Amino acid sequence: MINKKVSNVANALEGVKNGMTFMLGGFGLCGIPENAIAELVRLGIKDITCISNNAGVDDFGLGLLLQGRQIKKMISSYVGENDEFERQMLSGELEVELTPQGTLAEKCRAAQGGFPAFYTPAGYGTEVAHGKETREFNGKMYVLEHAYKADFSFVKAWKGDEAGNLIFKGTARNFNPCMCGAATITVAEVEELHPAGSLDPNEIHIPGIFVQRIFKGEHYEKRIEQRTVRTKNHA
Amino acid sequence: MLDKNGIAKRIAKEVQDGFYVNLGIGIPTLVANFVREDINVEFQSENGVLGMGPFPFEGEEDADIINAGKQTITTLPGASFFDSATSFAMIRGKHVDLTILGAMEVADNGDIANWKIPGKMVKGMGGAMDLVASAENIIVAMMHTNRAGESKLLKQCSLPLTGVGCVKKIVTNLAVLEVGPKGFVLLERAPGVSVEEIQKATQGRLIVKGTVPEMVI
Repeated sequence: MINKKVSNVANALEGVKNGMTFMLGGFGLCGIPENAIAELVRLGIKDITCISNNAGVDDFGLGLLLQGRQIKKMISSYVGENDEFERQMLSGELEVELTPQGTLAEKCRAAQGGFPAFYTPAGYGTEVAHGKETREFNGKMYVLEHAYKADFSFVKAWKGDEAGNLIFKGTARNFNPCMCGAATITVAEVEELHPAGSLDPNEIHIPGIFVQRIFKGEHYEKRIEQRTVRTKNHA
Repeated sequence: MLDKNGIAKRIAKEVQDGFYVNLGIGIPTLVANFVREDINVEFQSENGVLGMGPFPFEGEEDADIINAGKQTITTLPGASFFDSATSFAMIRGKHVDLTILGAMEVADNGDIANWKIPGKMVKGMGGAMDLVASAENIIVAMMHTNRAGESKLLKQCSLPLTGVGCVKKIVTNLAVLEVGPKGFVLLERAPGVSVEEIQKATQGRLIVKGTVPEMVI
């Protein structure tokens, strides 16, 4: 067993520097690497490029890094629900690259799987395709999209083991598996860190080969963005 | 004239037994409430779930189980979770049978705009560009006119496009229309709405053939 366990978040983030590009898992606030984000805030790393589907809300998730003006550029598919983000974008302080969600996921997976680029139909004929190579296959037009390059991937899983194997829960899975092994160093934080051999190999979603460092997150707030419920008498 | 629930009810009639369906945010989300109970349908949410169920009972919400609108949801028997790349493989690979989404503008050649108002609203396209570029069966659910009373069914979209030539069917508060080779084809009128009213509210080319029936909801 190759041991990927590090003792805490500080050790897990060793080597992060100003100006680096980070991938961060999560959809909205669901499945975000809360502990890694908190540590990036504490370290005060600046001029970051973030590849993340969303940008958090004003006071949580990537919104915390925006508050401290730590982000230079955001690469996302959807950035609503964040006033500070909107302000920084409109004032020109923050560079924003909007990418179709499926393309964003695939640009991560391409980096993980060793593809330099791929063709997708998404965005053909729109401003997303401006300046990009297009090509026809079987009578349909496609846009060439390149794999991302990143220094660190910060992902969050439900369970993990010391070998770096990961299991995700519910829709907190989202972009996290696609980002594992897609950057030079992948840092996984987990709610439960188990000894190697205690997770069933049949149940592993992401094998430890894609993960360089794993640690148990100290605290998870798991904030809910839209709490929607039904009442019993409607059932 | 239909309200938002009426539009959703009419669209629900397009959902067939055995369909995997992706519902967008807004009116499309309401469609799930009106699908016949005697057919088997699975709802896909692009953040990574197939087999979406209703909202949870109070106290049973799980922060790790949400839909693409970031709302807490439940799952039904047979449901599955998956990552975002797999989710869009379902969409891009045409495994999803029906996509229902909202729009700000639709053109009579099937172009759609629904993600950006330059200088005003720049929230991003989310999964909309992937959905419209690949789905074979796209129904747009929207009001026929905007708040200023201007037509949303146009000769040409004025807003930045989400996709080109992709919309097949549109259900509005006034009508059901199909996108044909020469423009919008009027298929059905909403209850109490005349062909003239629909013509007045449609800026794009509108083709009216014979007597147009009233919707049965």
